[in-house]
Amino acid sequence: RVDEWTDVDRKRVMNDIITTMFNKKFMEELFKPQELYSKKALRTVYDRLAHASIMRLNQASMDKLYDLMTMAFKYQVLLCPRPKDILLVTFNHLDAIKDFVHDSPGILNQVDETFRQLIETYSCLSAGEFQLIRQTLLIFFQDMHIRVSIFLKDKVQNSNGRFVLPISGPVPWDNDLFLRMFNRNGDEVKRTEFTTDGNYVTPQREGSFELYGDRVLKLGTNMYSVSRPVETHMSGSSKNVASRAKENIAPNPLAKEELNFLARLLGGLEIKEPGGSETGFRLNLFTTDDEEEHAALTRPEELSYKVINIEATQ
Amino acid sequence: MAAADTEMYRKEKSLQLRSSSAALYNNLSVLRRPGRPLACCCAVHGPGLSLVSADADGTGFSHRQLQAKEGSMALSASLLTQAAWCVLPSRVLLVLTSQKGIQMYESDGSIMVYWHALDVTEHPPAQAVFARGIAAAGGRFICVGTSSGLVLVFDIPPKGTNITVSEVLEQHHDAITDIAAELGQAPDGAGDLVTADDAGTLCVWSTGEEFALLIKIPAFGCTCSSVKLWNGIVAAGYGNGQIRLYEAATGLLSAEVNAHARWIYALDVAPQTGKLLSGAEDSFVHVWKLSRDPDTGDVEIEHCHAECVTDTQVCGARFCDPEGNSFAVTGYDLSEIFRYSRA
Repeated sequence: RVDEWTDVDRKRVMNDIITTMFNKKFMEELFKPQELYSKKALRTVYDRLAHASIMRLNQASMDKLYDLMTMAFKYQVLLCPRPKDILLVTFNHLDAIKDFVHDSPGILNQVDETFRQLIETYSCLSAGEFQLIRQTLLIFFQDMHIRVSIFLKDKVQNSNGRFVLPISGPVPWDNDLFLRMFNRNGDEVKRTEFTTDGNYVTPQREGSFELYGDRVLKLGTNMYSVSRPVETHMSGSSKNVASRAKENIAPNPLAKEELNFLARLLGGLEIKEPGGSETGFRLNLFTTDDEEEHAALTRPEELSYKVINIEATQ
Repeated sequence: MAAADTEMYRKEKSLQLRSSSAALYNNLSVLRRPGRPLACCCAVHGPGLSLVSADADGTGFSHRQLQAKEGSMALSASLLTQAAWCVLPSRVLLVLTSQKGIQMYESDGSIMVYWHALDVTEHPPAQAVFARGIAAAGGRFICVGTSSGLVLVFDIPPKGTNITVSEVLEQHHDAITDIAAELGQAPDGAGDLVTADDAGTLCVWSTGEEFALLIKIPAFGCTCSSVKLWNGIVAAGYGNGQIRLYEAATGLLSAEVNAHARWIYALDVAPQTGKLLSGAEDSFVHVWKLSRDPDTGDVEIEHCHAECVTDTQVCGARFCDPEGNSFAVTGYDLSEIFRYSRA
């Protein structure tokens, strides 16, 4: 049914999702200081956002889309040369979103508002504080090794699902490989060098943290600017089933608090239900409907997301 | 003039962990047991800790998992920030720090002997709360840091559970990252404990009934994520990949090394030889040699060996023996401990 989409449909879905995502009340909740989401909670919010318009996805396609998003974001967070670059990655995301709605001034304004809030909240954090945020995010992504075709093809991911970490390229700091030694008067008395297999160069300039500007960093820019097939692979998932199983069994008080938080968060999301006369359509991320159904049935247990069903009202 | 590797280490068989390692500073602790060929190792997974130790007859390995204690208001699962064995003359304790507090166990992790809950009200609102930075000090104390910059000094009796807070050190204004006690012989007048924080400030202390601040080394704009103290030399690893050496007695900078291309996560010192180990997010582990010029007494450092742990952001690195002939490494998201020894 993908070929029945028109450009008008695409625009509509894009605008609806972006309007919902940048809703003022929703953003207010997001900006409150809080703990890292559980995987269940994030997946639930993601589901809601994906269904904010007339587009629908079945479980299998939804799982695949979510897998793709988490692995892409894991890659971006992991490879940031400096912890503060996670903010530049977010700005790259927002720049791309603004481009999608460049001809809708109302929505554009909402996104700019969020942009300003991000700058206000995060620009003054120290490198150490950004590293703590990054380390916390990396806990969320731990043990996720789903293989993504586009990453495998570009050789940024190995066949075991782990990302390639380059040992050449620009360094964030001026790092010539020198050892300098000083005497008690502070004079440099000795200087030596050492070699490694790495091949580092100094970067040209720092990216911009303003509302508009060249971010320099490529992480967080559109992976699909050249169109390519999208696939994720389920086999070769994490061997650490024990640790994942523990995470899914939440004691009662934990679950209740999380549900309350989610209800508040989703309460800020104005979801449009397709009316009787509107034609919604279904997005299938697999090549055929049968393939999609098969994927749903054969998804490994340890990779199921157990979405929480919440009928959130104001 | 560039020097090539002066020493060779070769990769040994890895030790398997039951869970993967989290991206946390100093995320590997090794306990050497006299008379046993292999050590015990532990690494933080996130909400839990993975322990592995070689069996007494050397034929197999035992595994144990410990969890972060939730605290009385179990609103969310707590995360561990660090774990380390603290070796005191009378006993060895395994200390775990988390977002909720400090847990102390017998060295094999079998029994928890003490729990200290962090006072949330002491911390500014909307700031992360956690304990981090662990070291045995002065033959009698265990020092633990907090996210508000406090260092708690616990008085540890030779046995039993009657552990008390003997002092709270208040010199840091940023979250403590690491604490280290003198591993060799402190020169006269030099302190025997160093504490480091997120801003990069270092404090050198003398330990005892009352701890005294001797030297404060100001930050230069980078987080100090790992610190070691050996023969009066402070070795500090920073977020910009630099290692700096300072004289503990005076606080003066002795050496500056552009060691890594990314954030340093771990340092260790082999006390018998002065070998220094550094591990960072750039996938590299380096072995260096610390020494003092016999005439001037100036601190010297030379590079011995570079090891690239492919596709790994190193989060923990420790020597496995006091001479530094072997070392172990952990990496983010990996369920193994890499091992290397002198060829």
